[in-house]
Amino acid sequence: MIDQLLQMSVIVGIITTGVRLATPFLLAALGEMFDQRAGVYNLGVEGIMMMGAFVGFWVALRSGSPWWGILAAIAVGIFMGLLMGFISITLQAEQGISGIGLYMFGVGLAGYLFRITVGYITGIEGFQPISIPYLSDIPILGQILFNHNWMVYFAFLMVPVSWFVLFKTTWGLKIRSAGMTPEAADTLGLSVVAIRYTCLVIGSIAAALAGAFLTLGHTNMYADNISAGRGFIAVALVYFGRWSPWGILGGALFFSLVDALQLWVQVLGLQIPYEFAVMAPYVLTILALTVAARQIWGPAALGKPFNREGD
Amino acid sequence: MKSSYKVQLAILVIAVISALLVGAILLLIVRANPFTAYRAMLLGPFSSLYGLTETAAKATPLMLVGLGIVIAFRSGILNIGGEGQMIIGALAGTVVAITLQNWSPFLLFPLTMLAGFLGGALYGAIPGALRAYFKVNEILSTIMLNAIAQQVLVFLLRGPLIDPTEIAYGTGFPQTQQLARGIWLGKLIPQTRLHWGFIIAIVLAILVYIFLWRTVVGYRLRAVGAGPKAARYAGIPVEGGLILAMALSGGFAGLAGIVEVLGIHHRLLDGVSAGYGFTGIVAALFGRLHPIGLIPASFLFGALVLGADMMQRAVAIPAAIVLTIQGIMVLFVVGSDIFIRRPEWVEKVTAPLRRKTPQPALPVAVSPGGTPDQGEPPRD
Repeated sequence: MIDQLLQMSVIVGIITTGVRLATPFLLAALGEMFDQRAGVYNLGVEGIMMMGAFVGFWVALRSGSPWWGILAAIAVGIFMGLLMGFISITLQAEQGISGIGLYMFGVGLAGYLFRITVGYITGIEGFQPISIPYLSDIPILGQILFNHNWMVYFAFLMVPVSWFVLFKTTWGLKIRSAGMTPEAADTLGLSVVAIRYTCLVIGSIAAALAGAFLTLGHTNMYADNISAGRGFIAVALVYFGRWSPWGILGGALFFSLVDALQLWVQVLGLQIPYEFAVMAPYVLTILALTVAARQIWGPAALGKPFNREGD
Repeated sequence: MKSSYKVQLAILVIAVISALLVGAILLLIVRANPFTAYRAMLLGPFSSLYGLTETAAKATPLMLVGLGIVIAFRSGILNIGGEGQMIIGALAGTVVAITLQNWSPFLLFPLTMLAGFLGGALYGAIPGALRAYFKVNEILSTIMLNAIAQQVLVFLLRGPLIDPTEIAYGTGFPQTQQLARGIWLGKLIPQTRLHWGFIIAIVLAILVYIFLWRTVVGYRLRAVGAGPKAARYAGIPVEGGLILAMALSGGFAGLAGIVEVLGIHHRLLDGVSAGYGFTGIVAALFGRLHPIGLIPASFLFGALVLGADMMQRAVAIPAAIVLTIQGIMVLFVVGSDIFIRRPEWVEKVTAPLRRKTPQPALPVAVSPGGTPDQGEPPRD
């Protein structure tokens, strides 16, 4: 009896953690979806997340309020988005390597700034969970879905919002045309460059918020490599979710459950070597990419720099 | 000197200067004196026998990893998995060296090196095959494989491969036993860490150049890289090309791993890859993806890594600054590629500078930006 109760509580615990951990995947992947729909793939998400995580943490530590941390993370997102835009849109650089450059820059800078400003592990006041009235009283389900901090609700809310923006508004149509047939969009008088810049900045803000969630809404502290490859997994989720917000939602939940499971395996001290638990999400990412492969849904001009000379 | 070479050289010089300027800002944040820091960083590696040999010792794995990067990039596939391939190569070689430790060194040494190469090659072939047959983005898969290799390494070093004396003394440091002395890579200069791996790397750089530009297989790989559709039209098997390129690329990284083990550490330990997998990419880009250009580029980045070490000791600067600077250099080099692809962009940027010159027809005018402006005839 007690055994069963324990098991039940563990399962609820895993799913609750899973829902919360879907937040960074959702934010970063939805943002990346906008980049890619407009025809740019940004592999620097991991670097932007680390910068968002650190700057959010540091500003919250100094100001005493996580909200200032969020504002600072947004500023970081704008800066990194413009930087990536300048390299990959204006200078039409190879996007894969630019992204790796941005990743190295972001991870290095976050690590450097952390060492010179704080340098040790210290806690901060993060966002507190908000129980939704009535809904959070539902047994089990209330605990799993309606007892999180605002960033979690915000991330899930962004799924239908991005779907609406992308498929039901003129602006969404413009974004998709910039990624599918930029020449046609240009002929119709749209500025492909402006659309791509805007999407990169939006995606980059989302990535920075995803990073800030890790420090302000999840662990309430900063540590080296706190993002642990989630930024790259988020990029993979866009492929896996076939550039659709709903597909990304499914993928994000699947991955966050695995993430939660591996955390709980470590907590419970099961007879599985720690290293294999840590490895699981990475192995799954490769499998997911293989399953999602041979897709024909991708934006046709993805990864191809646009210029009016047409080459 | 062809003008495109001048532009390329100018870009690299500007990239280094800009990265150092950003670095100076980062140093000023901590109120460190950039001049003191940079003097330690720039003079350190070149002002003593220790500095010179350490630079060359650090350039060795960079060159080996970089050769793999050159092969992959030239074949149209971006290998970011140098770190993981180095680890698996070092692991495979070490396992062979420990298992067969009673064999004659004359047999064991080549076997260990071969195992290192094959380990890396196999680990590189995986993302190659995934890309060729399933269109899996190789950047993502190699990044994931890096993380997986790191976990495998730590697992094996803590468990099955741990040095028995570490258990006996109860220290439990994650490293293997020392490998047989007979298979160590000998020192080039006594009392330093410079070893024969350095010579091996330079010879291999020349061989890779010959392979890519003077053999049929190399030509085919570059054709796949230049345009897969055209290559397929010409009857070149693109899938096979991608897998071969990634296998060779991983093989060189694996060789870098086992060379570090046999030349520097003499045992396998955590952190054997030490970021060389990423720095190798930067060095390869700086060498303009050419095996011979890679040699000086590896020295430059070997000096940067060592210089940062020295700077850290001189003015207590966190080592993460190196990764930041390398990131800036990557962004600079890929970002400025447009000036090589489209020469008219050079005119566009230098035009305002030129207008300020009172006599535009001056034969030689060095622009303030550092671009060697030799008063070329304007292009149409």
